[in-house]
Amino acid sequence: MGWLGPAEIEALRLSLRVSFWATLVTLPFGIFVAYALARWRFPGRQLLNGLVHLPLILPPVVTGYLLLLTFGIQGPMGRLLGEFGIVVAFRWTGAALAAGIMAFPLMVRAIRLSIEAVDPKLEQAGATLGASRPFVFATVTLPMILPGVIAGSILAFAKAMGEFGATITFVSNIPGQTQTLPSAVYAFLQVPGGEGAATRLVVISIIIAMGALLLSEYIGRRAAARVSGS
Amino acid sequence: MTLSVRLQHDLPDIKLDLSFDAPLGVTVLFGRSGSGKTTVVNAVAGLLRPKAGRVAVDEWELFDTEQDLWLPPHRRRLGYIFQEGRLFPHLTVRQNLAYGRWFAPKRARRENPDKVIEMLGIGHLLDRRPAGLSGGEKQRVAIGRALLASPRLILADEPLAALDEARKAEILPYFERLRDEVSVPILYVTHSAAEVARLATSVVALQDGKVVRHGPASEVMADPSVAPAGVRAVGAVLNVRVQEHHADGLTELEAGGARLFLPRIPHQVGEDLRIRIPAQEVILSSKRPDGLSALNMLEGTVDTIRAGGGPGAIVSLQTSAGPILARVTRRSVAALGLEPGKSCFAVIKTVALAPQDVGGRLTPS
Repeated sequence: MGWLGPAEIEALRLSLRVSFWATLVTLPFGIFVAYALARWRFPGRQLLNGLVHLPLILPPVVTGYLLLLTFGIQGPMGRLLGEFGIVVAFRWTGAALAAGIMAFPLMVRAIRLSIEAVDPKLEQAGATLGASRPFVFATVTLPMILPGVIAGSILAFAKAMGEFGATITFVSNIPGQTQTLPSAVYAFLQVPGGEGAATRLVVISIIIAMGALLLSEYIGRRAAARVSGS
Repeated sequence: MTLSVRLQHDLPDIKLDLSFDAPLGVTVLFGRSGSGKTTVVNAVAGLLRPKAGRVAVDEWELFDTEQDLWLPPHRRRLGYIFQEGRLFPHLTVRQNLAYGRWFAPKRARRENPDKVIEMLGIGHLLDRRPAGLSGGEKQRVAIGRALLASPRLILADEPLAALDEARKAEILPYFERLRDEVSVPILYVTHSAAEVARLATSVVALQDGKVVRHGPASEVMADPSVAPAGVRAVGAVLNVRVQEHHADGLTELEAGGARLFLPRIPHQVGEDLRIRIPAQEVILSSKRPDGLSALNMLEGTVDTIRAGGGPGAIVSLQTSAGPILARVTRRSVAALGLEPGKSCFAVIKTVALAPQDVGGRLTPS
């Protein structure tokens, strides 16, 4: 990648790492919350639904500030994690946390839709054949929602790649540590002569976002064909 | 093995309050839609938790409110055959068949997969997915899947209702084989009198959540007061033996010394069968009819006459072949002077006896 400068490569690699971990760690929570919202009726369900969607609607800078208050070095969660020697403030892990939270609603929405498309009668059939709930989930529900899970993950990954507002508010814009791709674009635009680097990163962003969208569409179509065709 | 069921439950429209025993063989829950049949089966399966009651297979209790006992469905060792098949769309036929078997305790695996696959004729479908199967094929796979779970109890909720007549005729023999070859109780829900006639060892007639009649198929179906699925379902069930296949395309049956003719059926001479005679296909005559094209004529005495709200009445006759039901008008009852104890003749048109109303007879268990 000779046409990219070292600072640009640094930002791209960091963004890929941050988005990968943000997606991977959020995924189990995303599946669980999506399943709970789709299948269970419990008090506070609407509240949970609202909380999950909040990062989608709030200004990202507000989410970032709330993260700073809770996960900052003086914040309650930050102090708790500090006890175990984990610091997220101004680290790449903090960038991953911000990206994960911002991507969470998109992931949950995609997975929840696919869970709602699974006929509960099939899960009942699994139970009558001797499968306990975890086994029914693993052998019936999960394989059937897998396309939704993959599509949701790709979407969440793309969102994490593009996350800017909450990240810069929470963990600032430290090259090599928290300067993700969008932060780098912003930084390059602040200095004279940085337009070239910014443009190159913008092109990469567009390619990644477009590729992710097309890939998730393709997976969705293929999965639909597998279940309905022979 | 006997399944005992006692249930109380409140449904939106009716109060369910019933109890019955289902011995080996097929116990048919018979009744119109909304009578609570499916609720009973789902309560036995554990898919629904009733307000009160007890469900047990012999001494093994699945549910008992007095002991606060409720086994979840996956611990009840069931084979549930659903109306819509409910095959797993993401698995092949082979994987669907293996599903229940995989969860069955190893020492309990009675059924040999190859034998079941052969019995159901689904060997050529093993690598296909359910979406590529016809309705009848799906239901055969569903039967196999339930059977290979080596259940202690088989449940079937209107398994033929979603199929057309030709497919029903294709699947019914498999249920007959299930009844005759599998040594667990089978609880079978239907509102089709033809299925009752062919399959039932005993019948539990339900109405508004209560058992209105319980007994052998020939007794329950001959009781016009049961008529759960409307007057068209009323019909007598006779035990007959194949006497002879005639060259003119008719099969002669013998029942209690009487002769019955019907269009050629595939059964062997000497085979014991059950045949359902729909009440609306029977004509009554107070004298021995003469110059009539109908071949089947049974002499008997009037047992009961039940008139409904409409112009019709159901007359039950005792004949040497067994009880016969006839649906006639009240005007005819008056014109013929029918009353209990009076002798008369039942005339049944040969072509009215349809092969789908004929089924293998049950060995008493």
